[in-house]
Amino acid sequence: MASDVVLLGERSEIKPRPRKESRGIGLGRFALVTITFFTFAFLYVPIAVLIAFSFNSARTGATWQSFSLQWYERVFSNTRILEAAANSLIVAALATVGSVVIGTLMAIAMERYQFRAKLAWDALLYLPVIIPEIVMGISLLIFFAAINLSRGIVTLVISHIAFCMPFVYLTMRARLADFDRSLEEAAQDLGADEWTTFRRITLPLLMPGIISSALLAFTLSLDDFVISFFVTGVGSQTLPVYIWGQIRRGITPEINAISTLMLLLSIVLVVVAQLIQRRQRA
Amino acid sequence: MAKILRVLREQPGIRLAGLMAPGAFWLSVFFLVPLLIMAWISFLSRDPLGFPTPPLTLQNYWEIIRDIRFAPSISLADGLAIRLFEGLYLELFWRSIWLSLLSTVITLLIAFPVALFMARLPPRYRNLALFLVMIPFWTNFLVRTYALQFMLRSNGPINTLLRALGLEPIELLFTPTAVMLGLVYGNLPFMILPLYTSLEKFDWTMIEAAHDLGADTLRAFQRVMLPLISPGLLAGSILTFVPAIGAYITVELMGGGRTNMIGYAIAQQFSASVNWPFGSAMSLLMMIIVTFAAVLYFRSGRGEYRNAI
Amino acid sequence: MPEAGALSEFAVELRDVSKVFGDIVAVDHVSMGIRHNEFFALLGPSGCGKTTSLRIIAGFERPTSGEVYIDNKPMGNTPPFQRNVNTVFQSYALFPHMTVEQNISFGLEMKGVSKAEIARRVGEVLELVRLPHMAKRYPRQMSGGQQQRVALARALVNRPKVLLLDEPLGALDAKLRKEMQIELKTLQREVGITFIFVTHDQEEALSMSDRIAVFSKGKVLQIGTPLEIYERPTSRFVADFIGETNFLTGRVTQVDGEFAQITTNGGATFRGRAMPGVRAGIEATLSVRPEKVQLVEQPDDSVNCYEVVVRSIAYVGSDTRVVVMLGENRIDVWEQNTISTLDPNYFFKPGERAWLTFKPENALVLAE
Repeated sequence: MASDVVLLGERSEIKPRPRKESRGIGLGRFALVTITFFTFAFLYVPIAVLIAFSFNSARTGATWQSFSLQWYERVFSNTRILEAAANSLIVAALATVGSVVIGTLMAIAMERYQFRAKLAWDALLYLPVIIPEIVMGISLLIFFAAINLSRGIVTLVISHIAFCMPFVYLTMRARLADFDRSLEEAAQDLGADEWTTFRRITLPLLMPGIISSALLAFTLSLDDFVISFFVTGVGSQTLPVYIWGQIRRGITPEINAISTLMLLLSIVLVVVAQLIQRRQRA
Repeated sequence: MAKILRVLREQPGIRLAGLMAPGAFWLSVFFLVPLLIMAWISFLSRDPLGFPTPPLTLQNYWEIIRDIRFAPSISLADGLAIRLFEGLYLELFWRSIWLSLLSTVITLLIAFPVALFMARLPPRYRNLALFLVMIPFWTNFLVRTYALQFMLRSNGPINTLLRALGLEPIELLFTPTAVMLGLVYGNLPFMILPLYTSLEKFDWTMIEAAHDLGADTLRAFQRVMLPLISPGLLAGSILTFVPAIGAYITVELMGGGRTNMIGYAIAQQFSASVNWPFGSAMSLLMMIIVTFAAVLYFRSGRGEYRNAI
Repeated sequence: MPEAGALSEFAVELRDVSKVFGDIVAVDHVSMGIRHNEFFALLGPSGCGKTTSLRIIAGFERPTSGEVYIDNKPMGNTPPFQRNVNTVFQSYALFPHMTVEQNISFGLEMKGVSKAEIARRVGEVLELVRLPHMAKRYPRQMSGGQQQRVALARALVNRPKVLLLDEPLGALDAKLRKEMQIELKTLQREVGITFIFVTHDQEEALSMSDRIAVFSKGKVLQIGTPLEIYERPTSRFVADFIGETNFLTGRVTQVDGEFAQITTNGGATFRGRAMPGVRAGIEATLSVRPEKVQLVEQPDDSVNCYEVVVRSIAYVGSDTRVVVMLGENRIDVWEQNTISTLDPNYFFKPGERAWLTFKPENALVLAE
């Protein structure tokens, strides 16, 4: 029996695949293709339908009337939407800068130094990643109420940095773990002081990691609804918070148009992230 | 400049403090302290407006467990619910855990074959498939859930289609099943991606080696594949379970608030019916549940989370 | 007035240097002087402290105690970028985001050398390492051997007082390694710079160095020329680590002048050179290298002649490697094949009896 033969070396090349297995793969493969197809359909059909209906001229429901860009026109002439979008971008930009700087510094400290309580910090840095957003949202709500800080852009930025920073930290920590420190030693060996070494060697080599963690932080901030919902104030609504309010009020076709635009932004971000990764590999 | 560098060079302590300080400050003041305040409030009483006030009390926790009755039952209607106890809030917790677990298992059962298929594709198609998973992964969760809800509305595309075909429209939303569907839909990319990352690294000659040594397909999977992909499996499960148990958007949009879950109930205590101390107590309990799940994750080795993003 | 540095015999000197990491003593009171223009090897098994010593000289590690002198100047807290030494790293540590040219220019740029001068010297050093057409390449576009040369060029272009090399040939395959050994040695003569070379490969150390320091467990056991290290090891570790040798343990029965007599546990008595510390009555080890032992059919009247049983024979071309048993003791004998013959009965067979013999001046009695 072929399966009883323990194969060594070149023998394995001439061994035919057991028949039973090859049949299993054929059937299994069909099942895999089918499941994968339906899963992608499940993921994409609602999105596709939403995009399609953002171009529907009908105000209500799901009957197709005619192609129209009117909802996009409405979006771009609605100052409340534009304000919310501006708020979202401002908060995301500030949160990205803040969390990338803080998170990267912390990743360097945690990767390169040994100190007491390091393990505790490590655990604490994981906690925001794993606790539900709602808990973070309400605890920040309570905190801002307790210190009497009125809710607005400031509280949004503070909160967004707090939940983006651990993600930046984790990304940068992984990059730093792969960083060959002898490169920095080589620079110093060749006469570069610490600052020059950082500027000429460390920073350029960490740049791809910094860019991808910045993209991550930007997306996380832009996407966040739950935490923003609790720490946002009157007049400082972010786009998701505005969308939420509109959805709860009922059907407004404008939401389809905004959603389509946000989707487009996500696709752009994914493409950019992919391109960066590819360039890095090359 | 040279002087600063010299001090930094000779004092690693100062160097370390400088690197740690901003992050340590932010994490302590804007994450840890709020949680501690929340924990403290959970032991306070509520004033007439629902805000915390002294004296200290265990009332909020008692509220959660006081009306427990032992009453085992199985119901197929309510999102396949198995109950051991009855009682308003205990049921709420139990239902949340149950729905989250069930949605995690369903998500896993769908995601695994997809990830497996993706991992075995030739590299060119693999990158395309990966791209197709990345888009929903990075897309706004609210927007995606809204898209699903839009599809399933009583006057949405599906029911419009049914009507056009001369069939009776059906109510697809506002049931436990709809919530479950929403959770699975929302979390699928978070399961597929880490699973795929693990499977892509998997060396398939090991399965051949297992077969060669006499293991059948099931045993090869169990003994060789499962241990090696378990980091991705656990990461995906955590990334699915945690958002599920804390779900707010899905519960509101898909369940219409009718299938209550903890995350939603907590939010209610801070918006519709104000009771901060009680909401804090529920939050703390939920954190304990999630931390328990996370400990399982950490004990299974390094988190594969980094690779997922 | 001449500079203080010029008076010293040594380019680099370590005085009583120790380095402790936590509770591990990586370098344990090491003192040594490396002369000007010397090719000096730090040799030892992994974890013996040789790389740490090199890193202390480069300035990447501060000694816990003791002092390093470069050109007779105490280094103290001098950071690496202010020391007139350059390093070739084991991993080469070429900057991946810079071309070969940019990599090599880096050190000169840091010194503020003019653009024209940099261009000239980079061109020169690329000629020296025989890579003149590779200037615009990135490190990842080059083979391991080429990367190795770039690393060398990047260090040499700065004309350091001392070049430190940390297992520079470790990542190369065996053939390339041999080529680079010769090339490196030639290069060192050409540029006239002191080379300090870390290696765990004893053959590499023997063939390339002017002098070798043998490290074990953070200590320097012996410093000497390759000949001294191989022929006159002062400790059991050095005798064992460098080349092959046979050890027979026993008690010293007599010391007369240069020679000592040792009686093994099996009852045989041998004579060999008395190494430092050997006194009558102490436990000691006789060390004799396999190539210095002969097997003969008849006993002669020399002192170190005993009957043995042949256990195994391996023909390896240039010589025949025989294992014989002297009672319970195994002894390796390498007989050089000085006669060309196809006669299978020319040599001993396993199981046969033979007599081993070696001259007392070819064996060492070590006080361990």
